[in-house]
Amino acid sequence: MGLTRSSVGRLAEERSGKVPLTGHSIALAGNPNVGKSTLFNTLTGLRQHTGNWPGKTVATAQGKCRLGTETYWLTDLPGTYSLMSHSPEEQVARSYLCSGAAEAVVVVCDATCLERNLNLVLQILEITPRVLVCVNLMDEARRKGIRVDLPGLSERLGVPVVGAVARKKQSARLVLRELDRLLRGSPPPHPTVIPYPAAIEEALSAIDPIDSPLEPRFVKLKRLEGDPEMLEELGLPEVDPEVLTGLDAAGLSPQMVRDALAAGPVQLAERICRDVITYTSPGYAQRDRTLDRVLTGRISGGIVMLGLLAFLFWLTIVGANYLSDGLQWLFDQGESLLTGLLGNAPRWLFGLLIQGAYRTTAWVCAVMLPPMAIFFPLFTLLEDVGYLPRIAYNLDKPFCCCQACGKQALTMCMGFGCNAAGVVGCRIIDSPRERMLAILTNSFVPCNGRFPLLIAMLTMFFCGTGGAVWQAVLLTLVVALSVAMTLMATKLLSATILKGRPSAFALELPPYRMPQVGSVLVRSMLDRSLFVLGRAAAVAAPAGMVLWIMGNIPVADGTLLTLLGSFLEPMGRWLGLDGIILLAFLLGLPANEIVLPIALMAYLCQNSLTQMGELNQVRDVLLANGWRWQTAVCMLLFTLFHWPCSTTLLTIRKETGSWRWTALAFVLPTGFGILLCRIFTLLAG
Amino acid sequence: MLRLCDIAPGQGACVCGLATQGRMRRRLLELGLVDGTIVECLGRSPWGDPSAFLIRGAVIALRKADCAGILVQPEEQEAAPWD
Repeated sequence: MGLTRSSVGRLAEERSGKVPLTGHSIALAGNPNVGKSTLFNTLTGLRQHTGNWPGKTVATAQGKCRLGTETYWLTDLPGTYSLMSHSPEEQVARSYLCSGAAEAVVVVCDATCLERNLNLVLQILEITPRVLVCVNLMDEARRKGIRVDLPGLSERLGVPVVGAVARKKQSARLVLRELDRLLRGSPPPHPTVIPYPAAIEEALSAIDPIDSPLEPRFVKLKRLEGDPEMLEELGLPEVDPEVLTGLDAAGLSPQMVRDALAAGPVQLAERICRDVITYTSPGYAQRDRTLDRVLTGRISGGIVMLGLLAFLFWLTIVGANYLSDGLQWLFDQGESLLTGLLGNAPRWLFGLLIQGAYRTTAWVCAVMLPPMAIFFPLFTLLEDVGYLPRIAYNLDKPFCCCQACGKQALTMCMGFGCNAAGVVGCRIIDSPRERMLAILTNSFVPCNGRFPLLIAMLTMFFCGTGGAVWQAVLLTLVVALSVAMTLMATKLLSATILKGRPSAFALELPPYRMPQVGSVLVRSMLDRSLFVLGRAAAVAAPAGMVLWIMGNIPVADGTLLTLLGSFLEPMGRWLGLDGIILLAFLLGLPANEIVLPIALMAYLCQNSLTQMGELNQVRDVLLANGWRWQTAVCMLLFTLFHWPCSTTLLTIRKETGSWRWTALAFVLPTGFGILLCRIFTLLAG
Repeated sequence: MLRLCDIAPGQGACVCGLATQGRMRRRLLELGLVDGTIVECLGRSPWGDPSAFLIRGAVIALRKADCAGILVQPEEQEAAPWD
């Protein structure tokens, strides 16, 4: 999650099916949430964001690694449980494997849940024999008293098997060595053949082979299965009707054939696991069950969820205060230094650079950055432990009542980190209707960039001397409001333009894992902070300059800024805000974190105040410009519910492929914001 | 014969058929819910739906409407994967 430089930048090339020029091309496949991305990162040194919930990798990523003189190009495929159906991830994974672009496939498995994983391994073995099975999470398995007989597994599968702990370099080297041997063909793989009922085997042998680059048995199986969509995707002709009539005569309807084909790998996986796995401690999953009883309990579930959220906010607020003070001091020093340097420069240059660009950027960094730099890693930790799917489990019923998918709770949670990432994450939802619901309502929850603004508002106007605990509680309530509105908007959409019944859904609740605290903290803090710093410089500095120019160009009897401000004033007043705030929201389209700094700059330009340091000074500025507590409430509401930032909008355009849906994603939250602000103003104004 | 949604938390059951068609049937089979599979209900979410099931070593949450299509035979004894 998170649009960190490495997850969207040029390092992780989001090009599926790209065939590299030199070196071996290797595909990384596996069930969701088995540590594929972690292994990918360890092997390539890239930092793809990983987390403990199924469906994390929603696009294929490519990376390079070396062993000796050999170069390997790795393609991280989206996690799938199977390769038989038509969800987008399965299609991506299947078409890549069938295209023959990969010389070998590394299938990553979870040692603590091997049987479920073997189903996919067996299906892949039907597509290609050049498979290396990497049994990951061996350390977790040992802790739970699960023993996997790796040589036995290798013998039963007919392909090499390595045990691994994906985040360890040593494991990565072992995987590469085995891969090297596999590519050299020593020993050649003899993949096990999935047996099917006798009548089906007979029918298979009756099908004439056709000319196809795919494995002959795989081709026959798919033709026998006769799914028209699948045959079209693979470019295969339909099977001779005689074969099917033959099966029918043997008492097998097409439905029964399909069932038997699906059951084949499942039953073989069961038999293999019975032979190669021993459980040495009977209560191996007891810890997880106990945790689940608390975290998803009837009463405790909700309490823990709200409590945990409030606790995270508390940590964020307290930590951000310290960080903020330090940064503020640093930027003040910087400003004195720059003022000294530019002492002789013309007034307009000084104003443009210092009062415009520098101050806005400094403000964004000092006030907006700290909460983001703290909240994001904390949230990532929760994700790493495996708590997010439990939230989705707890919140499924309300989403179900809105005819939506339970996984929408998961993408909503991602939205707390970054709405654009949340929108991309919606790919885990299979049904197009439910996916659209999730995409359109994602920006109803405040992203990381909006939290600092919410915190600043709450601190200045509603906490008094209440302290961080009170702030955290209020912020939790604000977030609860945003979740409630998400549900309302979802309900509204599914009652009007996106009508339909909720489709079936199965959510995996993965085993809890010890989080990799150190690496998560360092990685997400640095990545995130650097990313935000970059964006702040790219957006805040020009915005600051534009603002300064607008504030200093005389037009009629004021400046351009006052003119624009007074133009927007009636609309702003009508919403319980003012013209400047609306202008700030408009200019803040590229990044929500610059809204408050822009508003302040605009006020300061008008009043030619010179200094602003801590929040209570900011509050004085706002009060001097006619703010009341009602204004702050409207500001809170409008911050929660207004148009998504430009990055999110572009992402929505990319994901939905339509400007119309993008426009709706713009209008829907804005409409909610306007309505709520208006109602509040009528009641309390 | 019962439906999977009738199985109480803590109770085990053995799958003996699927009463759904098409895509859903496929999904359930891929989860490993073929005839003879032992399933245990682990609990229900705070709102009473969905429920969590232990299926072939994995914990999967299924909505009531979806597990109504899974026919099961209740087990007398609790399912224990280490037997």
